[in-house]
Amino acid sequence: MARAVSTKQKLVYTVIGWTVGLLIFFPILWTILTSFKTEGEAIASPPSFVLFDWTLENYAEVQVRSDYFKHVMNSIIISFGSTFIGLLIAIPAAWAMAFSPTKRTKDILMWMLSTKMLPPVGVLVPIYLIYRDGGLLDTQIGLIIVLTMINLPIIVWMLFTYFKDIPSDILEAARMDGASLRKEIIHVLIPMAIPGIASTLLLNVILAWNEAFWTLNLTAADAAPLTAFIASYSSPEGLFWAKLSAASTLAIAPILVLGWFSQKQLVRGLTFGAVK
Amino acid sequence: MGSISLKNVKKEFSGHAVIPNLDLEIGDGEFVVFVGPSGCGKSTLLRLIAGLEDVSGGTISIDGVDVTGEAPAKRGLSMVFQSYALYPHMSVRGNIAFPLKMAGMDKETIKRKVEDAAQVLNLTDYLDRKPRQLSGGQRQRVAIGRAIVREPKAFLFDEPLSNLDAALRVNMRLEISELHQQLRTTMIYVTHDQVEAMTMADRIVVLNGGRIEQVGSPLELYRNPANLFVAGFIGSPRMNLIDGAPAKEHGAATVGIRPEHINLSPDSGEWKGTVGIAEHLGSDTFIYIRAEGIGQLTARANGEIGLKHGDTIYLTPDAGKLHRFSEEGAAL
Repeated sequence: MARAVSTKQKLVYTVIGWTVGLLIFFPILWTILTSFKTEGEAIASPPSFVLFDWTLENYAEVQVRSDYFKHVMNSIIISFGSTFIGLLIAIPAAWAMAFSPTKRTKDILMWMLSTKMLPPVGVLVPIYLIYRDGGLLDTQIGLIIVLTMINLPIIVWMLFTYFKDIPSDILEAARMDGASLRKEIIHVLIPMAIPGIASTLLLNVILAWNEAFWTLNLTAADAAPLTAFIASYSSPEGLFWAKLSAASTLAIAPILVLGWFSQKQLVRGLTFGAVK
Repeated sequence: MGSISLKNVKKEFSGHAVIPNLDLEIGDGEFVVFVGPSGCGKSTLLRLIAGLEDVSGGTISIDGVDVTGEAPAKRGLSMVFQSYALYPHMSVRGNIAFPLKMAGMDKETIKRKVEDAAQVLNLTDYLDRKPRQLSGGQRQRVAIGRAIVREPKAFLFDEPLSNLDAALRVNMRLEISELHQQLRTTMIYVTHDQVEAMTMADRIVVLNGGRIEQVGSPLELYRNPANLFVAGFIGSPRMNLIDGAPAKEHGAATVGIRPEHINLSPDSGEWKGTVGIAEHLGSDTFIYIRAEGIGQLTARANGEIGLKHGDTIYLTPDAGKLHRFSEEGAAL
């Protein structure tokens, strides 16, 4: 028998749901509101919520002070580039772990995950020196390499989970039908795992887009993505909250839109396997 | 051509021998059924022949060529899986065309071959549907279609009918047998259902614990089972196996008598018993009898006979049809 939910309970759940949602969203909303204030109003106490002089001057100023579109292009190239290369490496890796496991497969998976537990700052100095000597500092390719390595364990883990749910009979049928390993992956495995691959791609683009530690430490001007663009507004000559907010709003806008349009796919992908 | 030869084939899974040592010759055009209880290694044996598992020892040859180390795709065999294993993202046409596409055939040939196969299997109207829009029987036909288009040296069937309901199973059984008559291609068919084995096979291979218990035509196995295992496995209802004193009278450790070889009489016979349950099937009646000094026996009578629970009945085994087995279970 289905559990009956009374109207009163529904109301309570709805209020709780919205409260939690708004609490999480509030900092973003406040940032967006502040970006439309003057610097004076931005630090006024008590702050005004919507009754202030709305202005676009911060956005104009930000565009004058730094080249927003260059940073957007860097962010796009770095996040999509590292995700695509990650997928190219992870799909065969996850195939091997899901369909041709050995005694050590579980250990390898755990080892890959354990690398995510290492504080990145622990390897900053060696990586910085390698990048400096290899001429990779402040280059897009340098950031793509480091972000691919950072996110590879997550990509492999996610794909492994999706692949495990694909019946191995179907891949064996492809093998019997004369498909080589490459064709088996391209014609059978990937089309069947599209929902999982798509959500892995989206999640990793978002992770790479928001990654701030390596992007701030390994770039200066040429390859700086949006994270560096925001950081450049917390300058030593004083905090400019309104401009910082405008820069932040501009930085999160593209990924917010992408996340909004793909949320259905993301939720489906993240619960794939958990709910059948 | 499609003769298959297994020599000293062994298969171990993490130290445990699933198939200790096995030799088997399968002739070109033969319909061979591997039958046995679950876990007897019949599916593993099929997968070894397919190349989906590597042997731990021994050689597998197809048409005299050693293929032990070859990939499945290079062996020229087709396989039909229990789960159908259709490609869910492709239409029926795409599924049947897949092996031809992998073989690099041109589009015109693929189209013609797919349509021919669809014709044979009554799938012409469903060519543009996805597998999920088909019934179980239709899906199995698509799987068979995918197997026949590439004109393999042999077909391998891994319990292809066990996901179907009883009525459909009988139909598909006939269709597969007819297909074999038409194509005359070697077929190896794995099942745990001895009725399927008896009705379809040219030759049955009875497996138990990774070993071959007996190989022979269905009637050979029925008439002359080599041992107790085969005697008990082949035939439905099962053969009655009697040991102790009644067996000693016949000079054996165990005697076996099939239910259809016991004569029933209301007033005289070799053994006396009481009817437990009578199953009336119309064409036959199966009678489960508690026989004095022997135990539970099953008898089969033609047509309807008016026996009911508690009736006393006399049984006489048909002496010429009595099977005698030694202490070790081998036929005497």
